[in-house]
Formats: sequence, structure tokens, C-alpha cells
Amino acid sequence: MTRLALMATVALCVAGAAQAKTLAVAPGADAQERLQTALLDAKPGDVVEIAAGRYELTDGLSLDVDDVTVKGAGPDRTVLSFKGQKGAGEGLLITSDKVTVRDLAVEDTRGDGLKSKGSDEISFINVRVEWTGGPKETNGAYGVYPVSSSNVLIDKVVVRGASDAGIYVGQSKNIVVKRSRAEFNVAGIEIENSYNADVFDNDATRNTGGILVFDLPNLPQMGGHSHRIYNNRIVRNDTPNFAPKGNIVASVPVGTGVMVMANKNVHVFGNEIDGNQSTGVMLVSYTQKFDDKTYNPLPRDVVVRDNRIGKNGYDPKFAGAEILAKAVGGTIPPVMWDGVTAHPQNPDVVRVNLKDGPVLNLRLKGPGQLMTADPTVTPTSGDAVIAEPEKVVLPKRQADLAD
Amino acid sequence: MPTRWLARLAVAAAGLLNLSAAPAGPDLGVILAATPAPKLSDYRLFHAGAADPALTPYALNTPLFSDYAEKLRYVWLPPKTKASYRADGVFDFPVGATLVKTFAFPADFRRPDQDVRWIETRLLIRKADGWTAFAYVWDAERKDAVLKRAGARVDVSFVDLKGQTRRVDYAVPNQNQCKECHQLDKTLTPIGPKARNLNGDFAYATGARNQLAHWTKAGLLAGAPAPSAAPRTARWDDAREPLEARARAYLDANCAHCHQPRAIASNSGLFLNSEEPPGPNLGIGKSPVAAGRGSGGLLVSIDPGHPERSILVHRMASSEPGVMMPELGRSLVHDEGVELIRQYVASLKP
Repeated sequence: MTRLALMATVALCVAGAAQAKTLAVAPGADAQERLQTALLDAKPGDVVEIAAGRYELTDGLSLDVDDVTVKGAGPDRTVLSFKGQKGAGEGLLITSDKVTVRDLAVEDTRGDGLKSKGSDEISFINVRVEWTGGPKETNGAYGVYPVSSSNVLIDKVVVRGASDAGIYVGQSKNIVVKRSRAEFNVAGIEIENSYNADVFDNDATRNTGGILVFDLPNLPQMGGHSHRIYNNRIVRNDTPNFAPKGNIVASVPVGTGVMVMANKNVHVFGNEIDGNQSTGVMLVSYTQKFDDKTYNPLPRDVVVRDNRIGKNGYDPKFAGAEILAKAVGGTIPPVMWDGVTAHPQNPDVVRVNLKDGPVLNLRLKGPGQLMTADPTVTPTSGDAVIAEPEKVVLPKRQADLAD
Repeated sequence: MPTRWLARLAVAAAGLLNLSAAPAGPDLGVILAATPAPKLSDYRLFHAGAADPALTPYALNTPLFSDYAEKLRYVWLPPKTKASYRADGVFDFPVGATLVKTFAFPADFRRPDQDVRWIETRLLIRKADGWTAFAYVWDAERKDAVLKRAGARVDVSFVDLKGQTRRVDYAVPNQNQCKECHQLDKTLTPIGPKARNLNGDFAYATGARNQLAHWTKAGLLAGAPAPSAAPRTARWDDAREPLEARARAYLDANCAHCHQPRAIASNSGLFLNSEEPPGPNLGIGKSPVAAGRGSGGLLVSIDPGHPERSILVHRMASSEPGVMMPELGRSLVHDEGVELIRQYVASLKP
């Protein structure tokens, strides 16, 4: 090869690597094919830019290229409607790393809204996912749904109408959910079987339950731990539970502010918790039958402190609530714990530090054993010193996306 | 310059030879090109709507249900190359290996050889850096098929075995959807050509013969034992085989490409691959995780003895997006498959 040809080749390679391009998609005929083709053609560094307008889509979209931004003109201007969806389990499925979805809306998907599976550095920013017919059992399960992912950023998203959880982070690691709004879902925000989540500055309102931190058995990732739920507004969660039976959230009583089920090291502080008719903060064991020797069904190392707690528990809707409320003076105290401290599969000392109160401790002998209840109400409960998990730090490039 | 003149003559002769050789056979250059060819004819895998004779047809003991489509499968390997036998998983195919699958519907399934409409042909090509997958949609005259990377919908209708007209809103997958099903550990891979699923007879033009034996004899496969020593998947529709073996074969072929620990539905914890032992992860007594309305108000994936209380059966019996499983690849309910799984769940002891 001549020296000139060699130089030309080198120049091409360099240009190829550095040249991020924008793939523009506009509304109109064949939007499904054009949009999906752009998602297939994108190369690392590219932006798929979806112009303002309404896109009537008939099939799920998917992205499997690393380092791509999918960007609309704003969550009220670029609307991907899946009302006529005929197939696939979600609106947009992301299976690659370093992907950002921002400034658009996804409406009326038949299954989930925006999902990532197995993605690293996945960001959902300034998006809206909504089922426009209001809360219905036939709505899709999850709005924004990263699962088996790591370095998850959810910022300024709005989700309405999910028949399971509006914002659901499952089996993931290193998670930030902030400045978002979840309303009219069964669960507003749910962190499940995950490690290290910071959930702050969110509004969880008009759901069945505001913010849930769960751990479930028989899954590839279990042993959820180290979460900070702080400075959120968890107010008036009053939508009757509309989850299809069988799903774990179908057991969430209407008017639950925060619910911690199983998990270790969960800190709930600085939140406004008000107008939740069943209870403000609930700590419970997993009560269903399970066959999994590695699963720990108890919540432990839980801290509840410095929350602004308003009027909660005034019309509780869980099993046995009426009798219980009567026994403790008419209302359910704002913090409630099932009080289970021993289980054959729990090797830990169950510690709590429930500074906010009064605290209702049911003192159950085992998960769900309501007949063994020996309720007691105390101003606070437990004084264990439980170190707060460290702040979740995302890769700088990703953290910088949240302006 | 005599050498140059000679070379020119050789090229011309080669061109003549090429012209006289009919048909020309698959084009390895196109098969291995960095980008997929725009038309299926570019590969020279098909000529005038028929497969090139260098392609070897094959069938699976228990295949995936795809809206009752007939699937015409072929394997092609570059000359003088072989696949290496593996007892578990897909054979180790050489670079250039091409798996060809045409989805077709006869106008009337009571006369399956007449008026057969070809919808699409999917290619799985083994490149140097791994497998790639593409779908080509046929024109109405079956002259050629064009690349559809973003998927497509095709209206199909046929008369079924009972004489009923069925309509299918047939979905050609987009390129990512190919990978959603065809992946292990996030890497694209074939699903079908495993020893256990090929270990059965195929009616070749020269007569019926075991496929493993045929592949070995035809020089396509190295290292295979005698078929009797190789693993074998049951035929889901052969009532002479045990119910459990048929049901597990069906679940493996229809669900386990996603529902297994190394594939895209791993997060569900529901593993329906044939290696999974009975227990919660096979769905027995297992609560749903992310099923949403797919649960249909039922509490567990498999309630032994009670198909009517099992989410698995409920989702197989649905054709509603967001409820139905598999979520890709079908729009109709596979009545016969649902019935098999019903019987299997009913047979399980509580």
C-alpha cells in the first residue's frame, strides 16, 4: 500500500470513530418502520431524534446498540402511542449499555412502557409513560422498567396508570430515582430485589401505595439491601388497588405511604408522608409460602427518622385493621411493624431504629401469623445505630445527564 | 507479455465455466459480507422459488409454534467444512454456515402441498465474529424476497384441518426481535440445530434416514455418535411418547429460548428449559414477578393438578398482547399445544 493510501485509511478510521450523527425521524406514514430502522442503524455515539408529533405504533420497538441517545422534543410534544399495539411485551425495549431515553412520551402500551433488560448505564430522563384511560386492571404492568440493570438513572419522569408499579426497578444495582412523579398507579415507585438505590425528591401521590421496597424469592438476584428513601412527597395515596390478583402488589392496602418488605438496611428519612389512609410507613415480612433456601423474608436494619408525618392510618384497609385500630385507640399509628424478629432462614439480628412514631409493633411470631399478634404502641421503637448506606454514585458521564 | 495473456485466458475460461454451471450455488462472498444483501436472490440460496441443491433440508423433533406456519429448514456449509458435534446445545458451526428457514402457509391445510404461499425466509449466518440474523419477505409471485430489518406485518389466511378459515396478522420480526429469542448470554445463537432435536428421521428424496446419520454421511457433521447414543427430544405430537417428555419438549422449544437462566426472561425466575428440575423455578407453586395483567388473576405459574389455576396455561391460551406467551412469534393460540400443557399440568401431583 502506498503511504498516501495508508494515510487516507487512517484518516477515515479516525473520522468514523469521532463522528456521532443524528438520525432524525419525523411523524407520518411508515413511522413504525422508519423509527425501528433508525434504532437499528444507530451506531455508538449517535442520537435518534424523534421530532414532535404523534406516532401511532403497532408493534414494540427495540434498541440493541450501545451508547445511543433516543431523544424526543419533550414529553408532551413527541408522543409514541401504542394504542393499536398488536405484539411484543413493551413499548420500547433496550438491551444495550450506555443508553439514554429522554424528552418523549409513551402511551397506552399493552404490556410495559419503557423497559431495559441487562443494561449498564441506562438513563430515563424527562419522559412520560401513561395509560390515558386512567387506572384500569387492563393497563400494562410497569411504566419505566429497568431490570437486571446496573447504574440506573431515572430523573424527571412521570408515570400514570400502571397496573403494577409506575417506576419499577428490579434486580438491579446502583440506582438513582429522583425528581419524578408517580401517580394513579398501584405502586408509585418500587425498588425490588435490588442493591443500593437512592430515591429522593420524588412525588408519589394518588397511587395505592407510594413507595415500596420489596425482596422476593426464587429470582436470579435476591437479598435486596442498602436503600435511602428521602425527601420525597408521599401524599394522599388513595387509588383503590387495581392490580390483577397474583401479583405481589395486589396485596398492598390502599393508602400505604412507604412499605418495606424483606430487605436489609433501608433508611426512610426527610419525607413528607401525609394523607395515606392505611398507614404512613409499614415494615413487613414476606408472608407467602416459598421454597427457596437462600431467601430471607424479614425486613431488618430499617431506619425511619425525621419524616414530616401528617395524618395517616385514619381509615385502614388491610386485613384485621378495624379490630387492630380499635385496640390501639381508633387510628393506626403512622409507623407499623409486624415485629417478626426470628425466622429459620434469617441469620441476622433483626434491628430497627424507628425514631418517628408512634410505632405500632404487632409482635408477630412469624411472617403473616396474625393470630399471634400481641400489639403494642410505643413513641419510638429500637435504638440500634445503623450506618446509612453511602450515597449512590453513578459514572460521571451519566450523572452529568441530569442537569 | 505471455504470462499476462495466459492469465487473461484463464479468467475468460473460468467465466465460461461459471456460466455453464447451472445453478451457481450459494455465494459465500455475499453470505459473509459485512452488510446483509438487499434481496434474498443475491445469496443464490434459492433459484426460481426452489432451494439450491447444495442446501440440506432438516426438521426438528419439536419446533416452535408460529401461527401454524409450515417451516422449510435448510442448512448450508461452505465446501469442505463441517459442523462439530456437541451432545448439549447447538453444534459448533464453521464460519459461513447458513441456516435457512422459510415460513409458508398452504391455502388449505387439508391439501398441504398445493397453493403454498411463502411469507418470509430467515437467515442465520455464522460470521467470523458470531451469528447474525436477517428476515426477507417474499413477493406474491415468489420471485424474490426483500430484506426487512424493521419487521413487517403480513395478512395471511388459510383453511385449517377442520375446514375453518383462519386469519393471521403475521408478524415478521425486526432484527432485534430475532436476537431477543436467539440469544444466550446476550450473544446471538441458533436454537434448533441441537443433537437432541435433530435426532429423528427425515424423508430425504433418497428415502427416510436419521438426520444425525445423514449429516455425518453427507460430510456436514464431525464427531457424532450413533443416533442411539445421542440425546433425543421427544416429538410433542407423538402420542406414543410419554406425556411428560412431550410437554417438556414443547415448553423447551416454545418458551425456553427466553425462559432460562442465560436468556432474556431470566429475571422472571421462570425457567422452562428441559434441564430445569421440577420446583419453583419450573413454575410449580411459583408466584408471578412481573406478569402484570398476564397473571389473569391466578396466583401461581403452575398449580399441580390444576391447569385452570395455572398462569402458564392461561398465557398460552391468550392471543392478547401483554397477556399472551410467547409474546413474539404468534398471534393465534396453538390449541393443540395448549391442550398438551393442560394435560401435563393436570397430571402433576399436588
